[in-house]
Amino acid sequence: MRMNKTNLLLTCAAGTLALTLGAASSAQAEGKSLTMCWAAWDPANALVELDKDFTAKTGIEMKHEFVPWTSYADHFINLLNSRSSECDLIIGDSQWIGGAAENKWYVKLNDFFDKNNISMDTFLPATVVGYAEWPKNTPNYWGLPAMADAVGWTYRKDWFAKPELRAEFKAKYNRELEPPKTWDELIEVAKFFTGKEIDGKKVYGAYVFSERGSEGITMGVTNAMYNYGFDYMDPKKPYQMEGIVNSAGAAKGMDVYKELFTCCQPPGLTNAYMQEGLDAFKSGQVAMQMNWYAFFPGLAKDPNVGGDKIGFFKNPAGPAGDFTQLGGQGLSVVAASKNVDDALTYVKWFAQPEVQQKWTDLGGASASKAVLDSDAYKKSAAYAPSFVESMGMVKDFWAEPLYVPLLLDMQNRVHDYVVANKGTSKQALDSLVKDWIKVFKQEGKDPS
Amino acid sequence: MSAVQSPRPFSEPSPLVRWLAGAVVVLYAIITILPLVWIGATAFKSQEDAIAYPPKVFFKPTLEGFVDLFTVQTHQSHDFIAKLPPPKTWYEKIARDRDMVIAGPSRVVERFLNSLIIGFGSTLLATFLGVLAAYGFSRFRVPLADDLLFFILSTRMMPPIAVAVPIYMMYRWLGLYDTRIGMILLYTAVNVSLAVWLLKGFIDEIPREYEEAALVDGYTRLQAFRKVVLPQAATGIAATAIFCLIFSWNEYAFNLLLTSSDAQTMPPYIPFIIGEGGQNWPAVAAGTSLFLLPIMIFTIALRKHLLRGITFGAVRR
Amino acid sequence: MTVTNNARGIAEGVAFRAPATAVRVRGLSDRAVAWLFILPTMLLLLAINIFPLIWAIRLSFTGLMANLPTPARFIGIDNYLDILTDEDIWANFQITAHFVFWTIALQVLVGLGLALLINQKFRGHSFWTTVILLPMMLSPAVVGNFWTLLFQPQIGPFNYLIGFFTGAAPSSFTMIGSVALAPWTIVLVNTWMWTPYVMLICLAGLRSIPDYIYEAAEVDRASPLRQFVSITLPMVLPFLMLAVLFQAIQSFVMFDLVNLLTSGGPGSTTELVSITLKRAAFEKWETGYASALAVILFVTIFGAANIYVRALNKVKQQ
Repeated sequence: MRMNKTNLLLTCAAGTLALTLGAASSAQAEGKSLTMCWAAWDPANALVELDKDFTAKTGIEMKHEFVPWTSYADHFINLLNSRSSECDLIIGDSQWIGGAAENKWYVKLNDFFDKNNISMDTFLPATVVGYAEWPKNTPNYWGLPAMADAVGWTYRKDWFAKPELRAEFKAKYNRELEPPKTWDELIEVAKFFTGKEIDGKKVYGAYVFSERGSEGITMGVTNAMYNYGFDYMDPKKPYQMEGIVNSAGAAKGMDVYKELFTCCQPPGLTNAYMQEGLDAFKSGQVAMQMNWYAFFPGLAKDPNVGGDKIGFFKNPAGPAGDFTQLGGQGLSVVAASKNVDDALTYVKWFAQPEVQQKWTDLGGASASKAVLDSDAYKKSAAYAPSFVESMGMVKDFWAEPLYVPLLLDMQNRVHDYVVANKGTSKQALDSLVKDWIKVFKQEGKDPS
Repeated sequence: MSAVQSPRPFSEPSPLVRWLAGAVVVLYAIITILPLVWIGATAFKSQEDAIAYPPKVFFKPTLEGFVDLFTVQTHQSHDFIAKLPPPKTWYEKIARDRDMVIAGPSRVVERFLNSLIIGFGSTLLATFLGVLAAYGFSRFRVPLADDLLFFILSTRMMPPIAVAVPIYMMYRWLGLYDTRIGMILLYTAVNVSLAVWLLKGFIDEIPREYEEAALVDGYTRLQAFRKVVLPQAATGIAATAIFCLIFSWNEYAFNLLLTSSDAQTMPPYIPFIIGEGGQNWPAVAAGTSLFLLPIMIFTIALRKHLLRGITFGAVRR
Repeated sequence: MTVTNNARGIAEGVAFRAPATAVRVRGLSDRAVAWLFILPTMLLLLAINIFPLIWAIRLSFTGLMANLPTPARFIGIDNYLDILTDEDIWANFQITAHFVFWTIALQVLVGLGLALLINQKFRGHSFWTTVILLPMMLSPAVVGNFWTLLFQPQIGPFNYLIGFFTGAAPSSFTMIGSVALAPWTIVLVNTWMWTPYVMLICLAGLRSIPDYIYEAAEVDRASPLRQFVSITLPMVLPFLMLAVLFQAIQSFVMFDLVNLLTSGGPGSTTELVSITLKRAAFEKWETGYASALAVILFVTIFGAANIYVRALNKVKQQ
């Protein structure tokens, strides 16, 4: 009735308020539980399976909070910064270690490791440095290496095997059509495939990362730049970047990446990261794809492009180096958690060799030497040998507490040059050095 | 419609002009709706079809997208699946066919519920406060009314991102971070400026003679407001409510920055529905389509009020 | 609509005082009612809008970084100088201005045009009006996101459709990825989404023009064009200007749609100021710097809106 419109409005408002308040109070869960936080992707699903064993053994329920990659860093850094106790355990990115250590977001694990005979020597050294140590190369551990990952490449083995293509390539380049071992070879092979019609569709040579918003293009370009002479700072003079970051080799590396992107990337992939690469490869658009090893188990099983059709190779070398970009995360205990002891129990369980082995079997990627160095592993899957090799040649981005501005500055400068054709690579790197000096000044580290 | 009815159809456009106008509008409507049709169709595609190269116009429909939207699944090996008991429900079967096992419900229903509570809650509150304030500005001589009204308008001029940082700190301090109440208050504050401006126009149009008569009859001001003005402003209130709801329902930035899991609504959630390593387009499309439905229904239901309300508020005496 | 009656409403409120005093003895006084009605809104706005605004202004004079535990350092106007001398920021403002100008221009053209056509009241016009309203009811973030699929040259329909009509190969151009086309792409999507809003308001304006004015014009034997220029346009203008005001403010601070559509790329060719702001505030956590940028943005909009509203009031009075 219109006459009671105000009453109606008031009642509705009150009702909504009541509903809100009622719905806002959550029921208390019975029994013990731990919340594990990570990014939402295939390996996370594997973790859900793995954790069932933990629950069976200890009776502690495992809850999972997975956030998409695009908001993974924002979301969890926010959470950690505000000392929320929403996560008990977190599998945090290797880049967060600096901030986590200096701001005491994580529980320092040295004493715990000593008491429980968990030795960092059982893990690959690169993963210990990358996922656990801060300051780098000192025995201060803030996490347990959990997910070993690096950038690798997939290729269409079936296309590489086609006799007519092999003949054509041999005639043109005077060598066999094989997975490339250097960036020069990579570009040759990519250009060879670009524009060819295969299975009735026009295909392209290669897919590389080009994402602007979070970290994509940086995680891609470093794979070229490391191998042409780029480094972050003078190894003898900490934070000294002039002449190192913007060296001639570094600029050449960026040019090489740009050349590959311009000639051979499928159209429209100017802001593309992990998912678009998988899509492009699975839908038969590209001959070779750059992506994280974490996805390779899934690709190997793909009905369209898996099995015999797919091959893997490690990041090609360059004239000045043979590196690949480190990915991966470490398992850490959140200092603000209300269940630190239970969380540590989980870490102890996770570090056991049997669990590490099962973790890899289910689809994760253990960083344990025992798992990776075994012959059984190297034979277990087509990507395994190149993965083990890759983990031995990894290099990581800054892990400073202020890594985000450093990363965003590089995203900006690289994307401007590689995708938007602004200026030259040397100019981009010169501007980047200026950007980074500014950031370090904010941190109180004067790089001059 | 207009206040004066003309006895002869002097200004009626000729049938030809009418037909042409209609044709152009229908053409525009169809073109403008095509993207939505494509997204609606994508909701019923399989993942492979959704990213097919070249894009598929005809495809075999499946409910995969919806199943992916509402459940959390894990990728398992064939052997593992072979050992499980046969699927009991149709959605389990869909998942199994793709080598996935359903691990539980996704959090989309919670998000949807949050959208309902926060969307409708803030709309009600904003409209309520707005109609009161609009009445106040319309009927009484408020000091500095013009300036106050401009001030109310200016609250829309600060980019949400900018106020988000101080509000974030303020909310943390007050314990309103990641709460529905917090979001309702925030959206109300944003909407109330539009509500006041719109409703003031409507209320200005309601002839004061009615209230005058009521007051003379012995009603208090409050009673006159409730019994005389409000009913007449109903269409204006409906129109305002629609605009407020559209904003609150679809707001993204504040919700992204000021909530984490308890009070998150659909807009920050939909674009990031992840499949096995990347965006799951059928699920995203399914989420988009379902999310559009309530507001579409709300608007269609009140559509006559919408048009009439705006028109009514605009009629000159 | 609203603006046409504000001045009149206040004037009449003044004239209406006399009867109010006669009933002051009954129930709450008019003064009390007025304050009771207006106060909650003002308080809410003060708390949620003004307080953070003042806080943001205060922060803009510091070098605070909200993710570090160090307290804020007062650095005077350094942030402002940094921003005003940064050519990248000026480029962002240019990009934003280009975006706002073109999207408003197109929305006005198409919105007014549609309103005029719909006003001819052909059969089924109310159904089709509702259909046209649909894009406006979506979330800008969701819109930005799904248009990335539509614009994908290999797997999305847009390029294929254009190719169908123009003969160009679908993979020969890219809307989002090209430096030349990306700024127009964001204009296109934003216009697609918000034209219904302008159309709706213009429609209200057109419906409000009483027939007798046209009658009189017919009697004077004014041509349809003359009628349009001297009757329709001037009377729709206040409504149009109101729609433009709200839309311009909104486009200036637009964030979600563009961020999800292009992430500000390629490079920074579609990086609106609001995107720069979000990155500074919530990714780099340069809180002081971001607050200064926000204040600059706010002052710009405030100043422009002020001038605009004055012009609007002048138009109303005619």
